[in-house]
Amino acid sequence: MTDLLELTAAAAGRAVATGDLARSEVWEAYRARAAADELNAFTWVAGADDAPPAPAAGAPLGGIPVAVKDLFCTRGVPSQAGSRIIEGYRPPYTATAVQRLADAGAPLLGKTNQDEFAMGSSNENSAYGPVLNPWDRTRVPGGSSGGSAAAVAAGLAPWAIGTDTGGSVRQPAALCGIVGLKPTYGSVSRYGMIAFASSLDQAGTLTRDVTDAALLYRHMTGRDPRDATSLEHPEPPGLPTAERLDGIRLGVPEELSGEGIEPGVRETFRQTIALAEGLGASVDTCRLPHAPHALSAYYLIAPAEASSNLARFDGVRYGLRAEGSGTLEDLYGATRAAGFGAEVKRRIMLGTYALSSGYYDAYYGRAQRVRTRIAEDFRAAFAQFDFVVTPTSPSVAFALGARTEDPLAMYLSDLCTVPMPLAGIPAISIPNGLSEGLPTGFQIAGPAFSEGRMLDAAFALEQAIGFDGSPARA
Amino acid sequence: MTTATANEPVIGLEIHVQLRTRTKMFCGCELSFGDPPNTHTCPVCLGHPGTLPVANARAVHFGLMIGLALGCELAPRSIFHRKNYFYPDLPKGYQISQYDEPLCRGGELGEVRIHRVHLEEDAAKLVHAGASGRIHGADSSAVDFNRGGTPLVEIVTEPDVTSAEQAREWLTLLRETLRRLGVSDVNMEEGSLRCDANVSIRPAGTSGLGTKTELKNMNSFRFVERGINAEITRQTALVEAGEPVVQETLHFDPRAGAITSLRSKEEAHDYRYFPEPDLLPVAVTPDMVQAARAELPELPAARAERYEAALGLRPDDARLFAFRGELGDFFERALAAAGGAEAGAPAVAKWTGQLAARLDSEDPAGSRVTPEALAALAGLAAGGAVTDGGAREVLDRLVAAGGDPAAIVEAEGLGALGGGDELAEVVSAAIAANPDAAERVRAGKGGAVGPIVGHVMRETKGRADGGEVTRLIRAALDGPDAPSG
Repeated sequence: MTDLLELTAAAAGRAVATGDLARSEVWEAYRARAAADELNAFTWVAGADDAPPAPAAGAPLGGIPVAVKDLFCTRGVPSQAGSRIIEGYRPPYTATAVQRLADAGAPLLGKTNQDEFAMGSSNENSAYGPVLNPWDRTRVPGGSSGGSAAAVAAGLAPWAIGTDTGGSVRQPAALCGIVGLKPTYGSVSRYGMIAFASSLDQAGTLTRDVTDAALLYRHMTGRDPRDATSLEHPEPPGLPTAERLDGIRLGVPEELSGEGIEPGVRETFRQTIALAEGLGASVDTCRLPHAPHALSAYYLIAPAEASSNLARFDGVRYGLRAEGSGTLEDLYGATRAAGFGAEVKRRIMLGTYALSSGYYDAYYGRAQRVRTRIAEDFRAAFAQFDFVVTPTSPSVAFALGARTEDPLAMYLSDLCTVPMPLAGIPAISIPNGLSEGLPTGFQIAGPAFSEGRMLDAAFALEQAIGFDGSPARA
Repeated sequence: MTTATANEPVIGLEIHVQLRTRTKMFCGCELSFGDPPNTHTCPVCLGHPGTLPVANARAVHFGLMIGLALGCELAPRSIFHRKNYFYPDLPKGYQISQYDEPLCRGGELGEVRIHRVHLEEDAAKLVHAGASGRIHGADSSAVDFNRGGTPLVEIVTEPDVTSAEQAREWLTLLRETLRRLGVSDVNMEEGSLRCDANVSIRPAGTSGLGTKTELKNMNSFRFVERGINAEITRQTALVEAGEPVVQETLHFDPRAGAITSLRSKEEAHDYRYFPEPDLLPVAVTPDMVQAARAELPELPAARAERYEAALGLRPDDARLFAFRGELGDFFERALAAAGGAEAGAPAVAKWTGQLAARLDSEDPAGSRVTPEALAALAGLAAGGAVTDGGAREVLDRLVAAGGDPAAIVEAEGLGALGGGDELAEVVSAAIAANPDAAERVRAGKGGAVGPIVGHVMRETKGRADGGEVTRLIRAALDGPDAPSG
């Protein structure tokens, strides 16, 4: 049993393919692990009777089950997006990304806890309680895909998917010591992802290593006729094989590697840079002049879109309905007052204000202009560098409750991860060491659709770092 | 202000047109009308979490056809916006519409300029249970999402309309244009064509604009006309009493003829428009424009011009047939049955018009009168075989029971009396019976011939030709005046 849990998903898939491991054995082992979850990582786990049908012959993912962030709609299975307002909601359809993985042989293991509507960086904004970090249960796993990150790090799931809007895959991956890939905007269908901020939301992977990330992503990507913003990947990545980084030029943006980064995080970052140079990469500083404004722009654009995306939760058709004193306004008011948590309400109000008549240009309009500048900054950087690298999170996992009273401190958790989704470009976080006994993350960002090269570079670094990705597993 | 200062109305129209696509604007549900509630729905048009819209290419195509038909400028790139507000008929909490970059701008139809044409989705339908049938006083309300997401085109005019009657006539032209395009059922009762009117008044001859009010959702052209007139009357009374017109949205109740306020400017929504991030901009390619242009039929304005120029119809007839396309179609079939000769067109037009005046329905194709029969009747009348009066009587019989005009003339003895002895005798008798009139005609008062003509027409039950009768009377009374006919 221990052996099985030590395998990466790709390795387990190979073992199933060669007959060394029974598919049902993998399913049952993880199902039992997930069902015994002590981290509050899961909000729903497949039952003993829910064993998936055998995948089609030659299904590339070998029947290795996947944990899915709760905001992916799964037909007949609770999909609550961490919110009370759709508690018990069982969608009539399945998200494209989840369906593609199931078709490729990765059945649904369970739904993972998350910050409500993906709004948060610590998973403390879930209506279903915080998720605990498997490295230290007094600390947060990061967010918003905290349940997916904790489940993979703790060996409760072979691999998982999440969503990244401002860092919600990469930051929890960093804080839990696993690999988090946020692909190019549009390269994975958003159909069936309960929306937070439509122009930023992107499905991604949370895996034990880079190879698993490549494998899982390869079977999620592709144009979907149900998502008008989805695109066919011009060159879907294969499995990474690079051992060296010869000729690779890495840019280290001054704006995202100095001020605001914890010393311990800075130290592991410096070590990884040295390793990269040892593998043949050239490293130089670069400029992303508008990056310091990324958080401000993000916290206007994302709440603006959210204020509209969340309007559908009105108590009329599904989910919570709180009866008011009888008028329509009361129904809306009472339902939304009871159903949304504090952070969601804060962002709806921010976003509503930013879009209001007379304020639109000053807030939403200006934020969009900043966004354009940030995308231009990256374009300029990529003219000189293959990748831009930064620490993923400015800090290691912080204590539960440490930032809940200070939204701004919480928002700063996304300092290094917010610019990439604003530019629509892919980025990956790989674990690159420990600080104070807790994992740190190293982020590699590349131009749109550079996932293949990016995964190769991440793979080479991963081998060189040799991170032991297992917190003590219970 | 004194009542001596006349006020003139300034009217702009906003028309919502449900497009006749197979499926909804942003999902694959089929359009329906009259099906059981909530049988044409899916997660997308019910606004389920996680769902996304995908724009209907056919709706864009129809939008371009409308833009071309109205002479608009087609935007090479237009974008969808979200219009945010809460209402139970709006499942997402926003309507996907277009805002500052619509599909089409400018243009004109007839004498009215078009401001813009844009695409959007329809709301669902609220059904109110209770005596009133309206939301006020309802016991409960239910939502039927079958209609939700139906493709709509909104056409906004410039404030070029100056009377309720003009509004009605222009809407008739617009409806016919849309019907010819085949893009909509254009049925106001079923809601596939809906009209709002922005109404203001100003001192006649001035160019400023007064405070406008918006009359919402009038569901027949007759109600549009009555509603606008009622609103003009109301505003005029306010202005004459020295009171201000308040900017507000109004409802016209056609049963009571009353106007009630729905909401004032202060209560107006802030819709928080922003670009719909789930959809790409609509990029209109030359191929798309070409495809839309290729499907344009002859439009009413061009049709009226052809009737006038090529067929020599009077402008009124030309407009009547062009703006009421079923009439035009019937006219053209009858003309073909008459041999298609251009020379016969005015006669066929005249009798098609006569037929239209006798029918309740708008489409003569549904009547007992065939185009062939009408052509035959026009031929009989034009050839003098039957007088106008006789032909009208034949037409009455055709409308009532159908049949062949020549056979009816024969059976009913409605044939025209020629210039033979029979008519001469009746004329002599009529002169004898109207000595005063006869004397005045002899004295040179040609107009006095009327009573004698009337006498002849009565005696002949309209079978005599009026011109011929007049000529005979004058010839009998005073030779030199004779060639007046």
